[in-house]
Amino acid sequence: MFGVQGRVVASLTLRATMGRKRVFLFAIPPLILVLVTVLLKLAHPPATDWPSHILGDFGFSVVLPLTALIIGTSVLGAEIDDGSVIHLLATPVRRSTVIVSKFVVAALLTMIFVAIPELIAGLIATGGATRLAVGLFVGALAGSVIYNAVFVMISVVTTRAIAVGLLYLLVWEAVLGNFASGARLLSVEQYSLGVANSIARTASLNAHLGLSTAIGMGAVVTVATLAFAIRRLASFSLKGDAV
Amino acid sequence: MSDIELRNVSRWYGNVVAINDITMTIGQGVTGLLGPNGAGKSTLLHLIAGFLAPSRGEVTIGGTASWHNPDIYRVLGLVPERDSVYAFLTGEDFVRATARLHTLPDPEAAARRAIGIVEMADAQDRKISTYSKGMRQRIKVAAALVHDPQVLLLDEPFNGMDPRQRLHMMELLERLGAEGRTILFSSHILEEVERLSGTIQVIVSGRLAASGDFRAIRRLMTSRPHVFLVRTSDDRRLGATLIGRPAVTGVEVTGKGLQVRASDYGAFSRELAALTREQGIRLRELLPEDESLESVFAYLVES
Repeated sequence: MFGVQGRVVASLTLRATMGRKRVFLFAIPPLILVLVTVLLKLAHPPATDWPSHILGDFGFSVVLPLTALIIGTSVLGAEIDDGSVIHLLATPVRRSTVIVSKFVVAALLTMIFVAIPELIAGLIATGGATRLAVGLFVGALAGSVIYNAVFVMISVVTTRAIAVGLLYLLVWEAVLGNFASGARLLSVEQYSLGVANSIARTASLNAHLGLSTAIGMGAVVTVATLAFAIRRLASFSLKGDAV
Repeated sequence: MSDIELRNVSRWYGNVVAINDITMTIGQGVTGLLGPNGAGKSTLLHLIAGFLAPSRGEVTIGGTASWHNPDIYRVLGLVPERDSVYAFLTGEDFVRATARLHTLPDPEAAARRAIGIVEMADAQDRKISTYSKGMRQRIKVAAALVHDPQVLLLDEPFNGMDPRQRLHMMELLERLGAEGRTILFSSHILEEVERLSGTIQVIVSGRLAASGDFRAIRRLMTSRPHVFLVRTSDDRRLGATLIGRPAVTGVEVTGKGLQVRASDYGAFSRELAALTREQGIRLRELLPEDESLESVFAYLVES
């Protein structure tokens, strides 16, 4: 994909990420999502639009962003934290190759741990390959891409990436996104829901952006955050003596 | 061309100056970067390795600036001080992955060669997490050597090694230097540098305090006046006698005892023993006051 160097970076990243016990952490939210869906399906709740609330609200504002946060901040952030990234950077590998390879691994992992469980839960909840099930799957694929670009960038900029990422999710997306319509334009959750709703077409998803805005803004945010991450990594500095 | 060149290089963090206007050229062979902890050795190595931007001045390797230039790692190998490596990999995996990152034509052969140089072939199939400190240090050197670089930088390579491992690493660096490579390593232990290198650069408080042949600098260090603290049964009487001796350049009676400055270390210690016996003074304690490395450095800065 990016030549030998990209494949080496990607395989090292995959082994480091999956090797940690953290992988169980990735699996818990999607398991809960599928489990709750199965239980609700068996309980036959009175409200008929429960699938969009569980898979849309819980899935897109909790499971997707949190899983992407854990994965996106660890693919590069963990190496920066423990200093092993120096062995990667002290080679002629292009900084853009490092960022893009790590981002691709993070996005693919998030798709496996979130988008596929969303699809499974959607199939169970709606009883087949309905517009809602497919829409949620495609929306989660889009969200996996955009969220990880943002979180990889945050992990290059700050060592407190998880805290900063949580702050963005809780303050910007959860609070401001619900009250200020301007904030929705810069909300990855809204991009994902916008994509999902373009297929699902249901008001119960609470999507506020149209497909073109969602995809356009999502692409801009993805490219801009990755470009910024590459620039910051190119200026990666080691701390010198304790002064 | 594989010379490391620094021209009027300074690096500061806010108001704190870590490196102060250093100009030096480091050529082929082994060079030791010596200085007390916190003197700026690591900062200097990071500047040379392209992992820190100089606030002022220019750092080049073979004529090319090292900052913002990943291509420099085609001729440069770096062995960082921190022990963090990809511990989940085997030694061989780690070195081979590094070879691939360098896009070497035959990464397997390059990895085998580098692992052979550091004599780690027996342990190459074990995970790095099971390695001792010395083995980790050696596998890091193998990774830094895998692309056969002309320049090798090592940050405190002897830290945490036992004497046998130190000896092994010293032999390795000597061999690499003799092959015509430019090897620069940092250390805060005088003896390590003494064994290894003919050329040293001494850094004290961010400044270049001394530079050049080790033996010449060592002579400078040994010819300085030595300061001793002597405690006896009668400090004043001994002091009065000592001041008449040619080897003694100064005597001071202090609360802790008699502080004696001697120009000749050997002559003074012989005379002191004879004098106290003659005078019937009981010698309680004889302490060298300035044997610490810091005082050696301090002396160099003054001279």
